[in-house]
Amino acid sequence: MWNCLIVLVERAMFVLYGSRFAFRVNMAAPLVPLQRFCKLASLHVCGRRRLWSSSVATPPSLYKRLLLALTQRFYDVEILLNWRSQLKSQALQKKNAYYHYTQEHYGDNVASAYFILNMHGSFRYAGQSEWFRSDSSGKFSWDFVNQKDSLLEEVDLGHTVINQMGLGNLVGNPLRTLSLRGCHEVDDWALARLHVFQDTLEELDISCCPHITIGGLAALRNLKGLHRLNVSSLPRLGSPGLVIIMLEEMLPLCQVTAKGYDLSLTQLGGN
Amino acid sequence: MLTWRNMHVTVRTVSGLLNSHRVIRSRECMCAHGRIRTFTTGRILHNKFFKDLENQFNAARDKVADALPGSQWSPFEMNPNLPPERADIVIIGGGVIGWSIAYWLKKKERVRDGVKVIVVEKDPTYSQASTVLSAGGIRQQFSLTENIQLSLASADFMRNINEHLGVLNQEPVDLQFNHSGYLFVANESVAHIMEENYSTQRFAGAKVSLLSPVQLKEKFPWINTEDVALASYGLENEGWFDPWTLLNAFRQKAISMGVIQSIGEVTGFNCTLNRMDTVDGETVDVKRIKHVNVRMPNSREYQPVECAIVVNAAGAFSAKLVDMMGIGTGPKDTLSGMALPVEPRKRFIYVFNCPDGPGLDCPFLVDYSGIYFRREGLGGNYITGTSPEEDAEPDVSNLDVDHEFFQEKIWPSLAHRVPAFESLKVTSAWAGYYDYNTFDQNAILGIHPLAQNMFFATGFSGHGLQQSPAAGRAMAELILDGSYQTLDLKGLGFQRIMAKEPLLEKNIV
Repeated sequence: MWNCLIVLVERAMFVLYGSRFAFRVNMAAPLVPLQRFCKLASLHVCGRRRLWSSSVATPPSLYKRLLLALTQRFYDVEILLNWRSQLKSQALQKKNAYYHYTQEHYGDNVASAYFILNMHGSFRYAGQSEWFRSDSSGKFSWDFVNQKDSLLEEVDLGHTVINQMGLGNLVGNPLRTLSLRGCHEVDDWALARLHVFQDTLEELDISCCPHITIGGLAALRNLKGLHRLNVSSLPRLGSPGLVIIMLEEMLPLCQVTAKGYDLSLTQLGGN
Repeated sequence: MLTWRNMHVTVRTVSGLLNSHRVIRSRECMCAHGRIRTFTTGRILHNKFFKDLENQFNAARDKVADALPGSQWSPFEMNPNLPPERADIVIIGGGVIGWSIAYWLKKKERVRDGVKVIVVEKDPTYSQASTVLSAGGIRQQFSLTENIQLSLASADFMRNINEHLGVLNQEPVDLQFNHSGYLFVANESVAHIMEENYSTQRFAGAKVSLLSPVQLKEKFPWINTEDVALASYGLENEGWFDPWTLLNAFRQKAISMGVIQSIGEVTGFNCTLNRMDTVDGETVDVKRIKHVNVRMPNSREYQPVECAIVVNAAGAFSAKLVDMMGIGTGPKDTLSGMALPVEPRKRFIYVFNCPDGPGLDCPFLVDYSGIYFRREGLGGNYITGTSPEEDAEPDVSNLDVDHEFFQEKIWPSLAHRVPAFESLKVTSAWAGYYDYNTFDQNAILGIHPLAQNMFFATGFSGHGLQQSPAAGRAMAELILDGSYQTLDLKGLGFQRIMAKEPLLEKNIV
């Protein structure tokens, strides 16, 4: 009878968990429940995962580890999580879509202004000193609709979800200041699209954007009229000191601000 | 003395025996299904008891799994590395084009496991593959609309690469794309070609700008604009990236979608023959491939893979496959004499260091004399190369580098264009093959009229890597949908070779 039970349990374990890991069996207590195996199994898997992803700064939370363990074992969980991430990215693309309708009916400037306000950004027209912005609940005044001919001069899209597709909504405006501070979706390809502002852009703030690398900073080569550039706290820059020097060389009129880096000379091993 | 020691040992061994005996019996008690266990016959030390138990438990579990139906066990020993006996599509060539086609085929299949795809690659180290030895540049500055469209579509693919090739819970794909743009420099004699190309490129949607010598000097003070009449500068979607990352991203994603990778060399085909007469009265043999013979590395063992469609993505070695089929051996200027006009051509790339060279804004500069160079990293390193003259092509039997070539052909033009490069130091060099289309230096995509089920995706002549995502999609559309859906690339088929109308690309580097 014990034989049958143990064979059943063993077969169940194989079916559920496969041959991915070895687990200790304390045969002195054959009635040990499945949860025990689960805990041991997940610990084992977590240990392995931590070894693999040495690039992760902090170890993932228990919830994430659990999801990962389930994804590796069940197709259903994997498909559901795939759908979730696809839906997220589709929602993001929808937010950044081209405002075709507005552009057709109200013109480019109103479309850009509407886009910025929908993204919870703010802007200022040329020749005016008043900033248009939405309040914390997302409401904003509709005065901008009447200003079809006013051109945008300063745009602040800091801490929004704008990405390289969304920048297509701003094309056509003679921007002088653009702030993309702390935007998590701005990457190198978004910087490559900034060449449309090469004649007018004077101030650019791309600090704290986690996806920008040196390849994207090379795309700023077209913005020869830039006066102020803020590249502070870009986590993916390998050698920030060297990059700052090269940026200053590439943009001679520009004053580069770069805080938040450890620029001290590190001692290499050896001599 | 000796006997004392021996006795001492015997006592220990006897006690050890007694212990192990107890251990064995106790183990048999605990593991009630122990009929099938206990493989070790020797003495087991008490402190290794739990470790062994674990190993034996695993072995037992494996044996149980094998015994149950649905397992892989068979009484005959088979080589597990052989490709499967049957497949729907066999892609010969595991470079970036081959894996791109595999990925797109799996992406476009409408049911799960709709097509069974195998990618056959003879060298898993990619030591001679053109993909990994390439300079990695991508540009839209071509003279042919199809080339511009292919590059633009590939740039769009790479823009959203994580959406396409990202795997859940893995690191995002980082191509290390440098958005530095291409700069083509022309003198008076070729300036008009550049202007024509510029209008073609703008019409096709490429973001390019023309620069006069004055503007060029303003933008790039380190260039010598003495003999420059016009320059064409890419503003967006141009630059260079890491080819190995792209190849691996395609490969991992394709394998995760169910493509089977097979390491082996194709040594022959089994075809059926259909003798037909053309309209002109010529008798031709139309072949249909039934089996692809894949030979294992370092062995004479081979597996004939029965397949419906074969894709020739073998790059520089594509002509060998066509020879294996016996196509192209007829008299010249006839259909049966139309071989694949692709041959390997060796090209060198030299890495040099120049501390005073151009900085972060250094584009991929291509001079009208044929030399090109681009920045590599931030330490003042650059890579350069050029295409040799038609009659001075280097020997393709190996990938040895000719350093004299740099001294004689490249350095003078380099120093002329950028005076700072008069003092430089070559740090390393390598050579790679172009799958050079001797007919018109453009890709060949489509079916050969005499090989009914062999699709060709080769002959890219140096711009295969940058066109790989879009070319893969085009081939998948051709195979699964029967015709091109997104980009119309009928002009790049075999029709032009049959009609002897070359589709020349005027901007080949």
